[in-house]
Amino acid sequence: MLDKADQIFILLRDWIVSFLPAGWQAPIGVVLSVIAIICVFPALFAIAVLLERKGLGRMQNRIGPNRVGPFGLLQPVADGIKSLTKEDVVPANADHVVHFLAPVMLVVVVFMGYAVLPMGRGMTLVHMDAALLFYFAMGASTELTVFMAGWSSRNKYSLLGAMRGVAQMISYEVPLLLSSVAVVMITGSMSLDRIVEAQNQYSYGLPHWYIFTPWGFAGAVMFAIAATAETNRSPFDLPEGESELVAGYFTEYSGFKFAEFFLGEYVGMLSISGLGATLFLGGWSAPLAALNWVPSWIWFFGKVMLSICVFIWLRGTLPRLRQDQLMNFAWKFVLPMSLLNLVVVAIWRFMGEGLLRWAVCSAILLAAYVIGGRIGMRREQFGPRSYRYAE
Amino acid sequence: MTIMFWLLAALSVAGGLAAVLLRNLVHCALAVSVTFVGIALLFLQLDAQFAGFAQILVYVGAVAILVVFAILLTRSSESHKDGGVFSRTWAAGLVIAAAVFAVMGWAVLQSMHGLARNVSAPAVTVQEIGVALMGRYVLPLEIVALLLTAATIGAVIVAMHEKESAK
Repeated sequence: MLDKADQIFILLRDWIVSFLPAGWQAPIGVVLSVIAIICVFPALFAIAVLLERKGLGRMQNRIGPNRVGPFGLLQPVADGIKSLTKEDVVPANADHVVHFLAPVMLVVVVFMGYAVLPMGRGMTLVHMDAALLFYFAMGASTELTVFMAGWSSRNKYSLLGAMRGVAQMISYEVPLLLSSVAVVMITGSMSLDRIVEAQNQYSYGLPHWYIFTPWGFAGAVMFAIAATAETNRSPFDLPEGESELVAGYFTEYSGFKFAEFFLGEYVGMLSISGLGATLFLGGWSAPLAALNWVPSWIWFFGKVMLSICVFIWLRGTLPRLRQDQLMNFAWKFVLPMSLLNLVVVAIWRFMGEGLLRWAVCSAILLAAYVIGGRIGMRREQFGPRSYRYAE
Repeated sequence: MTIMFWLLAALSVAGGLAAVLLRNLVHCALAVSVTFVGIALLFLQLDAQFAGFAQILVYVGAVAILVVFAILLTRSSESHKDGGVFSRTWAAGLVIAAAVFAVMGWAVLQSMHGLARNVSAPAVTVQEIGVALMGRYVLPLEIVALLLTAATIGAVIVAMHEKESAK
């Protein structure tokens, strides 16, 4: 019974496919899985948007949307209909082809990333040997769409937003990759299935998740920072900082194309949360051995939604960074720390079991964090704010 | 296999031609990235996952962006109305391109003779590539790594110097 609940989606797919002739079963099965992904994640996107608007509202001491449906629960439906029926305005000077292609490509590329995420026991669409590399290849392609959107709009705000966005995404891609490399070094595989399996073990009823090791904790924190920057979320939302750039690279988009950017951003957020959960939080494995009876996909989606809540919390809490602070933070702090983390992972790997490696690895990382932070802060001159171009 | 191959080949060649023939430089850069994707897909079609994804990650994710930035920061990306896209020395260019193509084609055809007739395609996992890079090819890897580190530090120093002189 419980096994059935765990495998319910796979059983459902096999049941539907069993009505078809033998030659059709495999391709239709894949199509069904793709349809499931394309339906589930936009639904989660709707939930995430509602959660964000309600949660941010609470953090800012207001109620948030509460008009459409009970407690405003139908707000995403209203938003969807609104964006579908709005006029699609394209600037006269815009590069029409590129302007049209940018949001479409963004959504396509973002959805491609889900192909390799293990969403439950045996629930991976493509079992790929180089899954992590595939994911990052797709993630890197989003940068080009951001540029295409900003450049084709023929708008200064759009272009500035795109330049900021691309610079930021390139800078934070390095720590994102390096913090994931730590996981690959320990697991010895780039396959996300293998990474989850390696974490799906328990000693004394507690899981072997990578976040519960010194290097894994440091890596997870850096991964979270880089992922926030990569998805252009606050406090790294300079590319679309509305107080300076209207809406950044998608200023000139309206109607459904704007909705596509919105969808791309949130689906990308969900996807990178899924990757983070897979790499550091044990993917679909249960947090306690005693909880293994709960279906694995509940744990995966629970972890994803939990990270979304953290994203929302960060957005409601932290002020936006300045561009130079953003770059300095990426290149002078996060990057050296992630390089050091690789060394620590190697030490962890070759020191063997025991408490000593916990002490050594934690000490190295803590010392680097404290000393690096102190040195970085000493260079900053704190004082009254000065303006170069305004009084 | 053949249909996929011809489709991907057409995509790559079309991207390459567009990159040469289009007037707007940014369009050319985007067309080049189409070619990069086409080549990556050709790698994937040959079951070379690592090469294919690395191609996308490096060329589409970084090189195309670099090209686009270079275009935007150095000159106007707007199309120039005067003159066509063909250079005046197109004949010399044609000869050089044909020569390069001939050499590469000759090399590819020669390599066919070296192989036995019915060699099955080797199935190489990413792990095997990693083991080979860390074992047999560790010296070239280290040399390349050193070179890239030097280049990175050089780039940072160039950027820092400019910033200080601006103040």
